[in-house]
Amino acid sequence: MIRSQSPQHLVLGDMAEFIQYIINGLSQGGTYALIALGYTMVFGILQLINFAHGEVYMLGAFAGYYTSNFVLSHQLNGKINALMNGAADQSTTASAIVTGVCIIVVAMVICALIGFLVERLAYRPLRGAPRINLLITAVGVSLFFQYSGQLLFGSDPKAFPDLFENLEPWTIGSDDNILYIEPLKVFVFATAILLMLILRHVIFNTRLGRAMRAVSFNHDLASLMGIPTDRIIAATFMMGSALAGAAGVMVAMTYPKVEPLMGSMPGLKAFCAAVLGGIGNVTGAVLGSFILGLAEALLSGYGTPTYKDALAFAILILILLFKPSGILGVHRTEKV
Amino acid sequence: MFLRVLSISAILCAGLCPTSSYSQTIKVGEIGSMTGSEATFGISTHQGIELAIKEQNAKGGVKGKKLELINVDNQGKPEEAAIGTTKLITQDKVIAVLGEVASSRSLAMAPIAQKNKIPMISPSSTNPKVTTIGDYIFRVCFIDPFQGEVMAKFAAETLKVKKVAILRDVKSDYSLGLSDYFKAAFVKGGGEIVVDQTYSSGDVDFNSQLTSIRSKKPEVIFIPGYYTEVGLIAKQARKLGIKVPLLGGDGWDSTKLYEIGGKSLNNSYFSNHYSKDDQAPSVQTFVKNYEAAYKATPDGLAAMGYDAALVLIAAMEKTKNLTPKEIRDAIASTKDFSAVTGKISIDDKRNARKPAVDLEVKDGKFLYKSTVSP
Repeated sequence: MIRSQSPQHLVLGDMAEFIQYIINGLSQGGTYALIALGYTMVFGILQLINFAHGEVYMLGAFAGYYTSNFVLSHQLNGKINALMNGAADQSTTASAIVTGVCIIVVAMVICALIGFLVERLAYRPLRGAPRINLLITAVGVSLFFQYSGQLLFGSDPKAFPDLFENLEPWTIGSDDNILYIEPLKVFVFATAILLMLILRHVIFNTRLGRAMRAVSFNHDLASLMGIPTDRIIAATFMMGSALAGAAGVMVAMTYPKVEPLMGSMPGLKAFCAAVLGGIGNVTGAVLGSFILGLAEALLSGYGTPTYKDALAFAILILILLFKPSGILGVHRTEKV
Repeated sequence: MFLRVLSISAILCAGLCPTSSYSQTIKVGEIGSMTGSEATFGISTHQGIELAIKEQNAKGGVKGKKLELINVDNQGKPEEAAIGTTKLITQDKVIAVLGEVASSRSLAMAPIAQKNKIPMISPSSTNPKVTTIGDYIFRVCFIDPFQGEVMAKFAAETLKVKKVAILRDVKSDYSLGLSDYFKAAFVKGGGEIVVDQTYSSGDVDFNSQLTSIRSKKPEVIFIPGYYTEVGLIAKQARKLGIKVPLLGGDGWDSTKLYEIGGKSLNNSYFSNHYSKDDQAPSVQTFVKNYEAAYKATPDGLAAMGYDAALVLIAAMEKTKNLTPKEIRDAIASTKDFSAVTGKISIDDKRNARKPAVDLEVKDGKFLYKSTVSP
């Protein structure tokens, strides 16, 4: 490729391009992290790989889709704005953010309910059964949601309404060295980190968290110690599903396309990211997601985007071969 | 024992034979993506075909028999298109198959229609490979070497640009083919392809490809994909500060394009089979009837579906006994047939030679720019 810029310019331009890939990768990693957090949490407590997690994420996106259409068609966003500022036409960005957060909360509540039902109806009856039964059930639940989603919502992609249409991307630098940062992606990134910190706090510093760790350590013994294990497991599922719901809405806001099969690929990739970071480990899930996001962005930018989807699974195979416990995971000996 | 068998078969024959030996209707099969990420393609095409068949039935059908359309949804998947074709031919016993829009799916259907010697007409698959499968496979649209040339010319002469980037879908035969023909024609005209990037249909994040494209400073980006991805790409491109025009082909033709891409698509152009703003009486009559029937404006794919059905009906009327072989021969001899999207003549490669139109996307509307004849 022949370029007409001066050599010095060329280096700077390339540097800017590289930094833009890093930004793209971190924002993509943020979306994986949101899904991976719920995945890893359920695994950490139950040692169950909940393959239906990607579908809960999809249902969250649809909950957000219908809620935001409802909000927009009844012009509730104007009312929210009025409540906030006392005047209907002030600071539309602030009102858009409040509306967005409300939609996320609604989706989280709906997904928590779905998570509760899934656990109650599909997983709890199998509590004493071998783990493989649970795993197969999880695959079944996942397919159930994918196909009933197609029946219920229709399988054509829907355009997620653009709440932040007037939000211009932030720019740093100028001309060849310009960087573009989307505020929404910064929001996704920050939320992923924030939720990770909250989860860590819940797991390590609260009574609920202590009970969760006890159940994770030894289910039977925990129940002998007077811990209501069924309730703790239900709570874990609800928290994990609420996280998936939040992820669904935030991803749908950044990539405005929702469809019933949208959960399967991100779900699998988030699973790979969680394994890479060390499954069961909350910090590891976020770390693994960012590594995966960066790797994908750099591969697409400098190599060939065709193999982007294969990359996650190549990493999964490598990590399982050489460090099965993941980057931050602790090796646990299998009890027989 | 022998008598019993004989009597049973006699009863069976009495019960079944009348329905199978002379059916009351002429069955025509249709395969389309009624659901999936290219759902508007299937729905528009289906409505176009249905309109043509309804109008014909209102005139008394073909040879005194009503036409019956049997539609199969392939969910946008080539493997489902193949299964559907087998079902239409072996179970429903259709005498002709209409479909598909996407070339990848037409390519999955064609070998089955060819093997069973059932004529197949694709309304709008533009990849040249489709009709090379065999002598029972036809199309009523132009092909991508022509469409690529039209867009290359448009870029060079109307937009007056020299440096173009390509972003193609590696999972689509249509997108790969059209990119290659565009590239060949544009380079031949003295232009330069500064970067040729890829994505896979179903992707939602294109930031890395677009960042790489941005750094090469193209004056135009050619994206010969389907509308769902194109909408997302346009949006992300504008957010990365890429302001240059985007170009595409007939895969953009959907109202969903604007729903997903919004204002990001302003300053974009694509080639299509027809424009509803064409003042020709045949176009305006079609638009009026379609709007009355479906309360929607017909897009190019609806018009192509309508034309494919018209060509098939005209061919059926020319036959003596309505056998698939006769219908095939009649379609092959179609010459200067007046349809909505222009005069259709089927050439010896079973393709139609037809003009294309250039459209500009502006605030959700497709504005007519010019017509290019082959």
